[in-house]
Amino acid sequence: MTAIPVLPPAKSENTRTARHVLSVVMRDPLSLASTFIIISFVLLAVFAYQVAPYPEEGAGKTHASNTLLSPSADHWFGTDKLGRDILSRIIVGARPALIIPIGVVLFAVLLGAPLGALAGHKGGWLDEVIMRITDLFLAFPSLLLAMAIASALGRGLDKAAIALVVSWWPWYTRIARGVAVSLRERYFVEAAQAIGVSDAVIIFRHILPNTISPILVQATVDLGTVILAMGGLAFLGLGTQPPSPDWGLMVSDGRIYFLDQWWIATFPGLAIFVVVLAFNLLGDTLRDIFDPRQYK
Amino acid sequence: MQKLEFFLRRLGTSLFVLIGVSVITFFLARIVPANPAELYIGPKARSEDIARVTKQLGLDKPLPIQYFIYVTDLLHGDLGNSISTKRPITQELADRIPATMELLFSGMFFAVLLGVPLGVLSARSQGKSLDLAVRTLSIAGVSMPAFFLGLILQIFFFRSLHLLPLAGRVTGELRFTDPLTNITGFILLDSLLTSNWVTLKDAFLHLILPSLTLAAYPIGLIARMTRAAMLEILEQDYIRTARAYGIRQRIVIYLYALKNAISPTLTVIGLTFAFALTGTFFVEIIFDWPGLGMFTVRSLLSLDYPAIMGMTIFGATGYVVINLVVDLLQAWIDPRVSLH
Repeated sequence: MTAIPVLPPAKSENTRTARHVLSVVMRDPLSLASTFIIISFVLLAVFAYQVAPYPEEGAGKTHASNTLLSPSADHWFGTDKLGRDILSRIIVGARPALIIPIGVVLFAVLLGAPLGALAGHKGGWLDEVIMRITDLFLAFPSLLLAMAIASALGRGLDKAAIALVVSWWPWYTRIARGVAVSLRERYFVEAAQAIGVSDAVIIFRHILPNTISPILVQATVDLGTVILAMGGLAFLGLGTQPPSPDWGLMVSDGRIYFLDQWWIATFPGLAIFVVVLAFNLLGDTLRDIFDPRQYK
Repeated sequence: MQKLEFFLRRLGTSLFVLIGVSVITFFLARIVPANPAELYIGPKARSEDIARVTKQLGLDKPLPIQYFIYVTDLLHGDLGNSISTKRPITQELADRIPATMELLFSGMFFAVLLGVPLGVLSARSQGKSLDLAVRTLSIAGVSMPAFFLGLILQIFFFRSLHLLPLAGRVTGELRFTDPLTNITGFILLDSLLTSNWVTLKDAFLHLILPSLTLAAYPIGLIARMTRAAMLEILEQDYIRTARAYGIRQRIVIYLYALKNAISPTLTVIGLTFAFALTGTFFVEIIFDWPGLGMFTVRSLLSLDYPAIMGMTIFGATGYVVINLVVDLLQAWIDPRVSLH
């Protein structure tokens, strides 16, 4: 049996990084809280059907005798107009609230980052063309563009997700281009060029890895922003369609009842707020971790 | 000279972006939908209607000519007719602009009024608990869905405290007791001009909750940006020099530092205007505010496609113009901007 050799410098580098990450997270109570919230959110999404007290109601099954019950021991967050347990709907709704934003951000990064790296690395007319197209998409308020696209494509969760990818990719193009431009004159890029490495390899092997930390910071914040935007689209009737559990849709449903049955809109609204807040705080924490000035 | 060149170049980019906006919206209006004519008439389209619209929009002609017709219509201010009201969309939008502008401006007013001082305070007490509180508050502001915050404020200020009205621009009865002459469409301005104090007070009270809801996001962004800019500037040599000369802390911060921190903050204010524009969609729905946002959302729900596209074009154009104004303003305030 051959032991896998562990390179000593790499190991100490790793421990140092780990200690640095821990120190940043532990120093700031907000980072600690946000990390905890996001871990719980992911666990809830994964084990939604095991955790939810009334899994079938969470998925949409109605319960005519239980309509509009206020919060109680049986229904912690009360029930909605169709008698469904709101806590269960929130827990089951955590799944789309996690998966869709990850998908949207992932596609936006996959589309935007290589384009930006290409623009920054090649420069010249290609840079001009790519960045001007990016400017065009940034000329629309993103939610407005998403609305226009979603209504051109038709209603539905998948279409709303496509609409959000189309309005989100330019941000990553900008970030990746910024990094690529700053790397253009660095020796490792020049050396790679000098020995005849192709542009594709330079972009994917040498430039893109360097964009990971700024993109990760942006992507973390964007996960929250996309949850907000998906919620907004659903609230306007463009995203998830009933009876699928969706936090934005639940707030929208509860709006009519909210002066008397406040719990219907309040708990899903709080769920959106808390998760988006956690992603924003985590984004800040990641920025602190990646900021080299913090290393001592 | 440099300034003039910057102004012209900046105007050129805006023009280019506007052309791009027309291309993208053309693409969305004519190429993405399977049958654009049907979308333009609505679900109950008859075949002769479709034939008529196909001819009118030039849908049977090659794409470049279609685009030419599209842009010519746009330049004439013709955005087509709304499916649900049958009136020209330009007219529908024009009727609703004052209501939305009133909301947008008062929202941004709150945002700047609260955001900038919060950012300065936070920077002044960097690392202390006040700083932590402001940072948390500003992150909470950008994390709060407007459609949820509006409901919370309504429950609190209307239902529990009975302090502020639930929704709308003015109390309905005032139309009979103190009728308002419509001059500009801005209720605050009109009531001020006609010395209609009852309506002025009423409209002001109605404006508070929607403006605060709208302002939450911009407050967060502006506070964060101001804090970051202030922190950077407070480290500069000239600030240290000013302090060394014994100039009072308050003057150093509010006169010397803030003046230089305002430039990046202006950019953010311009950006947040756009966010606020889409924010009005939710705020107007929740507060029953008869503006552009409510019109857009109604159009979305009734699949009024020409109206949706009209609003998209209008919103994007407004955004481009606001950004242009902010950039020019910035160049005027801060001469360094026009140098690069």
